[in-house]
Amino acid sequence: MDIQTWTWVLVGLTFTLYIAIAIWSRASSTGEFYVAGKGVHPIANGLATAADWMSAASFISMAGLISFNGYDGSVYLMGWTGGYVLLALLLAPYLRKFGKFTVPDFIGDRYYSNTARIVAVTCALIVSFTYVAGQMRGVGLVFSRFLEVNIDIGVLMGMFIVLFYAVLGGMKGITYTQVAQYCVLIFAFMVPAIFISIQMTGNVIPQLGFGDTGTDGVYLLDKLDGLHKELGFHEYTSGSKSKLDVFFITAALMVGTAGLPHVIVRFFTVKKVSDARKSAGWALLFIAILYTTAPAIAVFARTNMIETVSNNKYEDMPQWFKKWELTGLITFNDKNNDGLVQYVADTHRNELTIDPDIMVLANPEIARLPNWVIALVAAGGLAAALSTAAGLLLVISSSISHDIIKKIINPKITENGELIAARLSAVVAVIIAGWFGINPPDFVAATVALAFGLAAASFFPAIILGIFYKHMNKEGAIAGMVVGILLMLFYMMKFKFDWFGGGSKDDWWFGISPEGFGTVAMFINFIVSLIISFFTPAPPEKVQQIVDNIRIPSGANNAQEH
Amino acid sequence: MILKKYIIILLIQTTIHRMNTTKQQKYWKENLKYLAILLSIWFLVSYVFGILLVEQLNTIKIGGFKLGFWFAQQGSIYIFVILIFIYIRLMNRLDKKFNLYS
Repeated sequence: MDIQTWTWVLVGLTFTLYIAIAIWSRASSTGEFYVAGKGVHPIANGLATAADWMSAASFISMAGLISFNGYDGSVYLMGWTGGYVLLALLLAPYLRKFGKFTVPDFIGDRYYSNTARIVAVTCALIVSFTYVAGQMRGVGLVFSRFLEVNIDIGVLMGMFIVLFYAVLGGMKGITYTQVAQYCVLIFAFMVPAIFISIQMTGNVIPQLGFGDTGTDGVYLLDKLDGLHKELGFHEYTSGSKSKLDVFFITAALMVGTAGLPHVIVRFFTVKKVSDARKSAGWALLFIAILYTTAPAIAVFARTNMIETVSNNKYEDMPQWFKKWELTGLITFNDKNNDGLVQYVADTHRNELTIDPDIMVLANPEIARLPNWVIALVAAGGLAAALSTAAGLLLVISSSISHDIIKKIINPKITENGELIAARLSAVVAVIIAGWFGINPPDFVAATVALAFGLAAASFFPAIILGIFYKHMNKEGAIAGMVVGILLMLFYMMKFKFDWFGGGSKDDWWFGISPEGFGTVAMFINFIVSLIISFFTPAPPEKVQQIVDNIRIPSGANNAQEH
Repeated sequence: MILKKYIIILLIQTTIHRMNTTKQQKYWKENLKYLAILLSIWFLVSYVFGILLVEQLNTIKIGGFKLGFWFAQQGSIYIFVILIFIYIRLMNRLDKKFNLYS
């Protein structure tokens, strides 16, 4: 069978599975809709968290980025895994003990103020919307390349599937679909990696393979460093970014991970506090399988790619090269008219540009793996994008129906009314996300990476201080969140979108890039919160008791009524 | 007589309350100690080995891997996973010791 038939078969099978699970596990109460009735097993929750977390960016883009940036790509590897240590040790157990439905719930109750709740809801919506638009775009990309349908129709198909199981199943449906999606995506990621590792190094384990010797007896990494030097690129295993910036970007990604509402809310779904700790451990283990394989794929793909194209005849290029050329993601311009492909760092002589996003998708074709493996990668990419999109849509819909409608506008709403509101807001959110996916404004791509900075600058300090500093009061927390997110937005707009006078790399404050600035904004949030709280009244006795209570694991309730 | 009984009950209650508070404080202190140790290791393997001292460690090679590069792209992630599972064990033991498990 050809690639396209295989892709239709595998995508069709996996989609049927997701819909079947959604029908089997549909939600019947708000508790089930928001937090799956708080009865999810820690391993199932770990699997779901891993799928929720690993988006189109992790599956499709990350290995490609590492492949092109070498050591500098480490910021994503450490940043997007190290955050789970913070989550497990500093947030998950206490937030589960607190036992409500959403992150703004915690902020609103802990800081005894609806203003704090509104600030938190606003931050949650900004972070989630910027993130979800990117996912819908990823769905469209996979559809258009592998099924050769129009990219907009691809987005619409993705919308329909997400709509079906997120609206019907709520958190319960999403959780069990995500378990299935994790299995699909990890299988799809590992199979080609193992195949290629055996092909290139004879080692079955890719994590060890990329430190092994190739068929010519030279260490693969040494060979790649040599190739890079020859073509004028910086050495693969050492970086080109400043150390300070690498440090700050890694920190912003870690803290941002721990502050993302769609990740935090997953820890509300388990039965007890010790299960919240356990599921954070399982989640990171399942994530680490993909994250330790990605740098291996990066090295294999980079070496293979350079050896296939560099100084070879353009007319001899393999089929994948021509196919990706059609999408415009590979471009070749024979500047010196010698009919050979010159791929070098010097932009005046370089004749080939390759979009990093295609590396994972093209990798099995570059390595000449069987057609079903190539189709599997497409199904895996869709699983990654859909699972994250569903998790984000749930955060958006619960922010609207629970935090805004139930807690602020109409506290007297019935359980049924709230459930209908939750489903309606999910529908609206899917439509908005799909619209962004079809008409991506320029700033979406830029802001997805910055969603982490925004989460780090707003939520993280307020939650940490709320748990670890009993005397933190509403004045301090609100001031900190507002200053943190505004500062981050300002820096982002100034240096990413050229507003407020714009500025180039040389104008960055202390040489820190917008991606790393979340760390600075987070520290300023902490400092502002502490100073303001020092000059304003301490929180009421009752709130201090709540803090004492969330610090011990015993007495966690089941799905709490409100 | 009634007053005496009342005072005794009150005394017992405050003692229980104080015992509970000190028990909770001890539990919390122990927890913070674990956090400090585990987060120091977290910082060491990622920020120190993977970023700050990466060139120095890169002079050491294990197989085809330069050590600093390995920590940044592999080692730190393995240690993160191990750290969380150690934390789970430590806390489960602590919960039992203080009889505070959920």
